[in-house]
Amino acid sequence: MTTVTKPTAPTPSSTSDSSIPWKRILLWLAIAFTVIFSLAPVLWQVLTSIKTNAAITADPTVYFPGLDQLTARHYIDLFRENQFQIYIINSALVSVISTILCLALGSPAAYALARLRIPGEQLVLGAVLVVTLFPYILLFLGLLEIVRALGLANNYLALIVPYTAINLPLTILVMRSFFQQLPKDLEDSAKVDGYNTLQMLWQIVLPMTLPALVTTGILAFIFAWNEFLFALTFMTRESMKTIPVAAAQLGGTTLFEVPYGPLAASTVVGTLPLVLLVLFFQRRIVQGLTAGSVKG
Amino acid sequence: MAKLELQNLTKAYSQKIVPVKDLSLSVEDGEFLTLVGPSGCGKSTILRMIAGLDQPTEGRVLIGGKDVNPLAPGDRNIAMVFQSYALYPHMSVQQNIASGLKLRNLATGDIQKRVQDASRVLGLDPLLDRRPAKLSGGQRQRVALARALVRNPDVFLLDEPLSNLDALLREQVRADLKQIFEDQQSPVVYVTHDQTEAMTLSSKVAVLSDGYLQQLGSPNEIYKTPANRFVASFIGSPQMNIIPLERVNNAVLLGDSKVDLPTNLPAKSSVIMGIRPEHLRLPREGDHQIVQGNVFLVENLGMSDLISLRVHGDDNLTLRALLPSDATWSRENLKLALPPESIHWFDTETEARLN
Ligand SMILES: Nc1ncnc2c1ncn2[C@@H]1O[C@H](COP(=O)(O)OP(=O)(O)O)[C@@H](O)[C@H]1O
Ligand SMILES: [Mg+2]
Repeated sequence: MTTVTKPTAPTPSSTSDSSIPWKRILLWLAIAFTVIFSLAPVLWQVLTSIKTNAAITADPTVYFPGLDQLTARHYIDLFRENQFQIYIINSALVSVISTILCLALGSPAAYALARLRIPGEQLVLGAVLVVTLFPYILLFLGLLEIVRALGLANNYLALIVPYTAINLPLTILVMRSFFQQLPKDLEDSAKVDGYNTLQMLWQIVLPMTLPALVTTGILAFIFAWNEFLFALTFMTRESMKTIPVAAAQLGGTTLFEVPYGPLAASTVVGTLPLVLLVLFFQRRIVQGLTAGSVKG
Repeated sequence: MAKLELQNLTKAYSQKIVPVKDLSLSVEDGEFLTLVGPSGCGKSTILRMIAGLDQPTEGRVLIGGKDVNPLAPGDRNIAMVFQSYALYPHMSVQQNIASGLKLRNLATGDIQKRVQDASRVLGLDPLLDRRPAKLSGGQRQRVALARALVRNPDVFLLDEPLSNLDALLREQVRADLKQIFEDQQSPVVYVTHDQTEAMTLSSKVAVLSDGYLQQLGSPNEIYKTPANRFVASFIGSPQMNIIPLERVNNAVLLGDSKVDLPTNLPAKSSVIMGIRPEHLRLPREGDHQIVQGNVFLVENLGMSDLISLRVHGDDNLTLRALLPSDATWSRENLKLALPPESIHWFDTETEARLN
């Protein structure tokens, strides 16, 4: 449905006789406030990341830096001196693999829970739900022991496995409710047409599931990309660190200097992939791909 | 092209839910069988068992004399049209129609020819590149039909294919369906809860209720000699007048009037009389069974008036009659004739037909 503004005759019930559209003005004020409120910290980071050190610490605060107060120094340092590309690769590797694993393990489980009549189905669902309620910090203490016992420290697996496990319950629950609202007739029709189970899942169910996969995948990816505590503890070798840890450990030139510029630059570099990811998949997320398969 | 047989088919979902009970029937080549019955009487379940989407609890499904119970749906060479059409949303119309053929490894040229033929018959040529989301309900319905037709299956199964269309379109597509399937050799099993569809399309009708087969016969037989009270009231619109009556010797009293019973009825103290509204008429010379009453409702159906009559002598007894709209009659003391040959008699207990 597209919104259509109907040309309505002025109703006698309208309270003000002036032609000032108060409702519209209020609406736009609210929108502007919301946008500024949510984007201001981000804009501030971007601004800080491109200001010279002098401009960052200047008093009064420089809101609109002149040309001589701008610099790309912080970004260049990030890659020249701090080897940030290594951390980006580490973060990407861990996040991508754990996301793919999460979807690859979670979706079949969700499909089975949605479509098959499994004895004890409610029990399984309850267990999955309980896992999501488990306090993160308690998991952490147990995991620490396991990682130590297995000698997995400074191994990508030490992050990939917990990230996958933590995201799995949500993936299963979301995908299950998505599969439940997929019309079963489509699968029956595919069977009658002669698709075997694998072909049906791959060629009929999967394409219709893409929007849900992308949505849950992005959630899992963001979690893995931003996770700090596990990454800090399980990865001690410099070459294995991920972006959040590396950014937190950025040092200034002296012990007492807070490196605002590099910190801001690393934040921007760390956020950019997420923004691009969401923008790129936005259409897929919004798109109702199942529309029109059955009477709608 | 193959005969379809159902032998003692039973489906039980649980002890209590048994939607299909001991159903046996057969559909020959070129026959069009309609399963008709109220919602929830097990029609879809029967169709799903024929398709192999559900396994029967007991009994067998045979296609061309071969027991297909162990076969998967895809190996039975059947085509099914679903009530929701079930078109694949991510494929174009062309791909939707061709999907079943591609899986059977037909030559590309052969597939194209079949798709073209079906698309021409159903007028889908301008739509072949569209996605289902961009089609109207009627167009989707035709795509679903085309997908079944190109398959050249041994048996066609259709589950309420018209129920999602609006009334006008439904009538049009019904006529199209009749023509299309008259050219087909394979048996067709068609499910509907709409008795008009059942009567107009089929060569054979199976009336179902409560999981049991109530009557199997041509549309004409079902209409003229309903096997029991359920069939009598379910088939025919407006509904048949059904009146339980006490017996007085060899007649029953319909208010003040006496209606003679046929001679061969078993001697029981009560009986159910049935007469269709369209068979009640204004008296002519020679009519001797006449009922009299006051009209309390007239519904104009265009071609005819559906009148409701309160019978003299029994205020709880009403009859509905269909009179031509050009006839003249008075609302008070209207006399209607009951032609003896159009009266149906049913047993009070078993509800089975008596005459
Ligand atoms: N999978 C199922 N589990 C339990 N009961 C079912 C199932 N499918 C259908 N039923 C029941 O079987 C009966 C017949 O259903 P159905 O064949 O769909 O009726 P219809 O004649 O309307 O097509 C209904 O009462 C329905 O509730
Ligand atoms: Mg049904």
